[in-house]
Amino acid sequence: MFNRNKIKAASKEHAMYIAKIKRKKLFIRLTQISILILFIILWELAARFKIIDAFITSQPTRIVNTLVNLHEEGTLWMHISISIIETIVGFILGTALGTAIAIVLWWSDFIAKVADPYLVVLNSLPKVALGPIIIVWIGAGPFAIITMALLVSLIVTIITVLNGFLDVSPDKIKLLKTFGATKLQILKKVILPASIPTIIAALKINVGMSWVGVIVGEFLVSKAGLGHLIVYGGQVFKLDLVMTSVFILSIAAALMYQFTTWLEKKLIKWHN
Amino acid sequence: MNRKEVVSLKNVSLKYYSLEGETPAVNDISLSVKEGEFIGIVGPSGCGKTTILSLIAGLIKPTKGQVLVDGKLVEGPSTDVGYMLQQDHLFEWRTILQNVLLGLEIHGKVNQESRAKAERLLETYGLGEFKNHYPDQLSGGMRQRAALIRTLAVDPKMLLLDEPFSALDYQTRLAISDEVSTIIRKEGKTALLVTHDISEAISMSDKVIVLTKRPATIKSIHEIRLTCEKDNPISRRQAPEFREYFNTIWKELEVHVQ
Ligand SMILES: Nc1ncnc2c1ncn2[C@@H]1O[C@H](COP(=O)(O)OP(=O)(O)OP(=O)(O)O)[C@@H](O)[C@H]1O
Ligand SMILES: [Mg+2]
Repeated sequence: MFNRNKIKAASKEHAMYIAKIKRKKLFIRLTQISILILFIILWELAARFKIIDAFITSQPTRIVNTLVNLHEEGTLWMHISISIIETIVGFILGTALGTAIAIVLWWSDFIAKVADPYLVVLNSLPKVALGPIIIVWIGAGPFAIITMALLVSLIVTIITVLNGFLDVSPDKIKLLKTFGATKLQILKKVILPASIPTIIAALKINVGMSWVGVIVGEFLVSKAGLGHLIVYGGQVFKLDLVMTSVFILSIAAALMYQFTTWLEKKLIKWHN
Repeated sequence: MNRKEVVSLKNVSLKYYSLEGETPAVNDISLSVKEGEFIGIVGPSGCGKTTILSLIAGLIKPTKGQVLVDGKLVEGPSTDVGYMLQQDHLFEWRTILQNVLLGLEIHGKVNQESRAKAERLLETYGLGEFKNHYPDQLSGGMRQRAALIRTLAVDPKMLLLDEPFSALDYQTRLAISDEVSTIIRKEGKTALLVTHDISEAISMSDKVIVLTKRPATIKSIHEIRLTCEKDNPISRRQAPEFREYFNTIWKELEVHVQ
């Protein structure tokens, strides 16, 4: 988000132009931060002056206290890391397996045509509905949760990545064919590299998807993780715990998204 | 002149098939290209020009007749034929040098020697300092030159050029067609150029073949003999006979517009 590149000004006018753009960026950033701070202050004040009921809405200072308590109990990091690991495994598996299946479908037009209606149905099916089946088959544990996360992202990855493959310009393929390239060479030299932006886009979507899968999975089965904290907090009416977990969740999800953006920059260096 | 025949088409016909029916694209074409010749092909749009090049390149097989390159029946793409497409299709994720090495990579022929040759070609034709740039950073003309070098790097006997300049603006087009033709002649290559642009065909070729509308057959063949001091396209355009050739060919093509 922050652009730390030093830009050299070509002239005085250019320097002024750069300064203007930077001022505007800074202003946007400050406004964003102010809104957040204002929201937190209003929330806190409203709770203090009993305008809202802090028992059901929680309040910022209570969230901080809950965080400190969880930390002192020593369970905070355990819950966070379990959810994060499940999510990471989920979205990496989802992206890798989805891409692998997309390669198979690209390779064989026959398989792709046969699979098409199944993909359409599976894609529109809410994967969460499969939760109970997964638990029965795999058992109520982290593997069931990872499977849930994987299922949520798999089909959409296959469809997105396959469309990316099919979007590669036929002339680029023709060019390789004029050099006598084999199908494997076409895959390696043009289809995959040309689809890296699509695969990264899928990865980005899958971060969000996997979180959905993991949280739902934890709702259903788990004894640990942020999803568990949220459900547990709701059951015993500890809204502080629920809000705290949601707060951590949003930070973790944002950090992961940032990571994929960073990865995108690293991998697509030809884009300037 | 008893030069070797590089390409020869013998009564070649091609039909495309689809569920709706068949499209005859090329009908009974016979032609022969001698070593070192530069041949221009003009014809109405959609008449089957690209199809003829695809046949020679071995990308498709004729429905009838024979295509021979260097005396051998064409069975599929080979290193003997280099194909330059309408757009440069440089891969944006590869540097210019990596792009130029693409064909060699596919043939598994990247080694010190071939690499050095590719770099020398880039150097000779003014792209040496850009070899580590990405295509995004080059102008349209430079990109087209890089595409030509990519084709030349595998050392084909025969070059097929399918409207290689049509994506460029007029100024660049004149300059680059001049360069490309100079490069091709200097490298001693045989070439077949497909174009919509009659002037381009006349200024670059030894012979211009005019095709009929689809299915393409040969309507006429014009030997181009121009009196000019230098034998490059830009000076050839100044030759007194240029307009005559232009008018003749233009009239032959015009008939089909109606
Ligand atoms: N793969 C294909 N399947 C079916 N029909 C095709 C195919 N390729 C080309 N055609 C048809 O064959 C005819 C000749 O096509 P071709 O591309 O060779 O013409 P062209 O002279 O190169 O056209 P242009 O001037 O547009 O470049 C056209 O009518 C085209 O629609
Ligand atoms: Mg064409």
